[in-house]
This record gives sequence, structure tokens and C-alpha cells, in this order.
Amino acid sequence: MPQQVPRLLIVFGLMIAGLVTARRFLIPKTFGELGHYRAAAVDAIAARKIKYAGRAACGACHDDIAKTHAGHRHAGVSCEVCHGPAAGHVEAPADVRPPAPRERGQCPLCHGYDPSRPTGFPQIDPVAHNPLKPCISCHNPHAPEPPRTPEECGACHGQIARAKAVSPHALLECTTCHEADKRHKIEPTLSRPSKPASRAFCGQCHAPEATSAKEIPRVDMAAHGEQYVCWQCHYPHFPELK
Amino acid sequence: MRETESQPQAERSGEAAPVDRRTFLSQSLPVVPTLLAVLQGGQPEKPQQTEARQLAESRGYKASEHNYAMGIDPARCIGCGRCVEACKTENDVPRDPFYFRTWIERYVVQTDGETTVASPDGGIKGFARITETGILRTFFVPKLCNQCANPPCVQVCPVGATFVTQDGVVLVDEEYCIGCRYCIQGCPYGARFLHPVTRAAEKCTFCYHRLVKDLVPACVEVCPTQARVFGDLKLRSSPLSRFMRHNKIQTLKAHLNTEPKVYYANLDGEVS
Repeated sequence: MPQQVPRLLIVFGLMIAGLVTARRFLIPKTFGELGHYRAAAVDAIAARKIKYAGRAACGACHDDIAKTHAGHRHAGVSCEVCHGPAAGHVEAPADVRPPAPRERGQCPLCHGYDPSRPTGFPQIDPVAHNPLKPCISCHNPHAPEPPRTPEECGACHGQIARAKAVSPHALLECTTCHEADKRHKIEPTLSRPSKPASRAFCGQCHAPEATSAKEIPRVDMAAHGEQYVCWQCHYPHFPELK
Repeated sequence: MRETESQPQAERSGEAAPVDRRTFLSQSLPVVPTLLAVLQGGQPEKPQQTEARQLAESRGYKASEHNYAMGIDPARCIGCGRCVEACKTENDVPRDPFYFRTWIERYVVQTDGETTVASPDGGIKGFARITETGILRTFFVPKLCNQCANPPCVQVCPVGATFVTQDGVVLVDEEYCIGCRYCIQGCPYGARFLHPVTRAAEKCTFCYHRLVKDLVPACVEVCPTQARVFGDLKLRSSPLSRFMRHNKIQTLKAHLNTEPKVYYANLDGEVS
């Protein structure tokens, strides 16, 4: 055997031994156990303490409030939305007491008027709505009543009502053309009023053979507009005049 | 190790022509597995279960049986910011107005086609009165880490400090992170930040510490309008599966092939 071979072998041996030792010390114990990461990290994250106890934990002791709460409009609003994180209170009920916000600033966080909020979500103008009076003097946050919706359509659909009032259609009631379910006043986006579905509906007044007043403009329903329903081109709340 | 393979080589070279490369390689091939085994030396064969995991599994929690995801219905979001507040409290996120694990954006689309997006302080204190005029439509969109099934942040991590768990949550190993910020650059959703104290990358964990205790994430717990829905994709009876059956579902930046697991219902075309 040439002289350099055993020497090289020793060098290689030392390098491999060094590599093995380095790996043993540098790679964390649980690395690669579940994947290309430290499995112990998952456990460390899982072991963190919770701060929000969850509504089930609240209901376990405050069953009377939970029962009232569940039957009303705030049923979906968890206790800790208003009362704050309560895991500490669950552990030591006497020592840690979650706050019960009574000031006026709390409720407008959700119920202050904002056009970005979904239509139909109950909103008030905090400046104009009974100024300086705490919300809870009239409203019970655990069992709120849904607001009374005004009878007239124009209370919500003001822009349409104002345009219609100065248009040739001013004397028509909203219900002449629209049928609105009662539910529309509580959940406006979920139950929408109907719109005339056929050309014949407008034809009741605007067809040549209609028995309506003479000054109402007539149009040949068969020849005009083809497959479209009238309101797809003409805006019925402010129809153009001849 | 080396002796066994070099022995025949030395003998033959002594008596006849030197070994050519082909013979050397083919003869030394069988030794490779043994060599690798030595290199692996020190790594335990059987996974050592830590106490925490044993405890979780004794409660019947098996990570591989879950695949968590979130559904968001922007049409229900009222922009109250309770989710942002709850997230910061639950996860000790720094209170500064530029560290967020989840935040709410307000979109204002004007009649001239101009769209403005704002998220003052992440929406934690709600939103101020709109000042724009000529508004065509306006709405809120909650955002958070999309917990991608194909996460670019995990791909770019040079040390394996961020990873996807067996239950489909992207986590950061705070101790192992070297703070290089590659993942923060790599995230197309801007969902990561560098924690000012630990100097490690931080992000939404879907409140992993709550999931293993059978609780929903803090933001889902406090959402007063159920704009956020949480559930298990592997479970047909989970609220999320129902949400996904009944809504038209979109994801953010789907063209990037990150396979996000935060599903938005009936999302406006302006949102990205």
C-alpha cells in the first residue's frame, strides 16, 4: 500500500467523525421527527395559555344569563365580546372580575352608523340618538329588542322616494309594483321585495288597448323593446317624459 | 468504513493495472447505506414523544385527523374590530399600530371607479366616518394569514423555522427563527411581521393553542355577526363545510397557486 493511502484514510476518518459529532450537537433533538422542523416547537405553541375562555365556559356558571341571552337577538354575540377575555375569571372567579362596560362608547362600536356596514344591520347616529344617556338605560344588552322598522318605505329608501315624488309616477304606491314580505323589515338583504317580472305588468297602463287615462303615454308592446322587461331600460321611479 | 472499500482496490493495484473509475464506483456503491447510517448516527430511530404531545393525544387529539381552515363572509362584517382586539390580547401581539396577525380593511368604491382601501390601526378601534363622496359601494373585509396549503413563506425559510403542521396550520418556531425576514418578503398577503422583542417572524397561528383544546380561534369566538366561520375541512359536519357548500367561494390571489385556506364568500371583484 502506498504511504499516502493510510494517511488520507486517517484524515477522512477524522472528517467523518467530526461531521457526526457536529450533527449530534447542532441539530435540535426533535428536528425531522414530523417534517423539516422542530416537533417540539408545535408542542411549545400548543402549550401557550388561553385568554378567552369561550362562551361555553361562561354559561357553565352564569346559566341564567346564558339562557336569556340565547333566546334573543344577541345570541350570536359571545359574552367576551363585551366583557373581555375571561379565562382568568374562570380559574379564579373571585379574584379576577371581567368588566361590564356601561359607558356610551361601547355599543356604537357595532351599532354606530357606518355606510360600510351591511344594509339592515341596526345602526344609530351616536351624536343624535338620545345624547349622553347610557345605552343600557333603555336597552338590555343580554336581551335586546329588534328596532321597530318605520312603516313607510321612504324611511330607508329615501333617494327613491324623493325621486318618485317629483316624477309622473308620484301617485303610485310602492306596493303597486313591489311585494315585500314582512321579513324584509327585519332582514332586508335576506328577503328582498319583488319587481315586475313581465312586460304585461307595465302594459296594464302603457299598452295601446289599456283602459287607463288618455294622457298616459302608450307604446306598442309587441314591437317595442323585444325580449326586455320595461324596467331594464326605463327607470320607473323617475321615468323620462315624452 | 473506508478500509473495506479501499482494501481490494489496493491489492489489485499492487498486482495488476490500476482500478478504473467504473469498477471503483460500482464496488463502493454497497457501502453508501452504511455510510449514511453512520452520518445519521445520534438521531433516535423512534420519535421521542414530548410530554405536551402525549397529553394532547391522551385527550384524543390527533393532529393528522384534522385540516383546519377559515371561512369569511364580508357581507356580515360590521367592522367593529373586536377580532383584532381579541387577537392582540390572546396572542400578546405588540400593541403598536403596525403589528397585526389579523386586521380589517374598508373598501370604498366610488362612482368614478376609484377604489380606496384603508385599515386605520387595523380597525382595532373601529372606523371613522367616511369622508369620500360619490360612493358606489363600500364594505369591510377581514384579513389574516391564509394558512396556505402551498405556502411560499415555508419554501423560502432557510432553516426550517416555519412549517405546515399535520393539521394544516402554518406555524413559526420562535426559538429556531434567525430573523432573516425572507418569509415576510415571501408572503403575498402581508400577513407576517418581525416581532420587535423576540426578533423572530410572527404570524397568525389560527390560535393553535386553542385548537388543541377544542376551542375556536379568538377572532372567531368574538365575532358578533359570525362573519368568520372556523372548521375542519376533513369533517363534513363542520360549520366550515356547510359554509362552503352554501356560498360561492373565492380565495385571495388564487393565481399565485398558494392554495389559501381562508375562504371568502361572494367576494367583491375589487378585493385582492
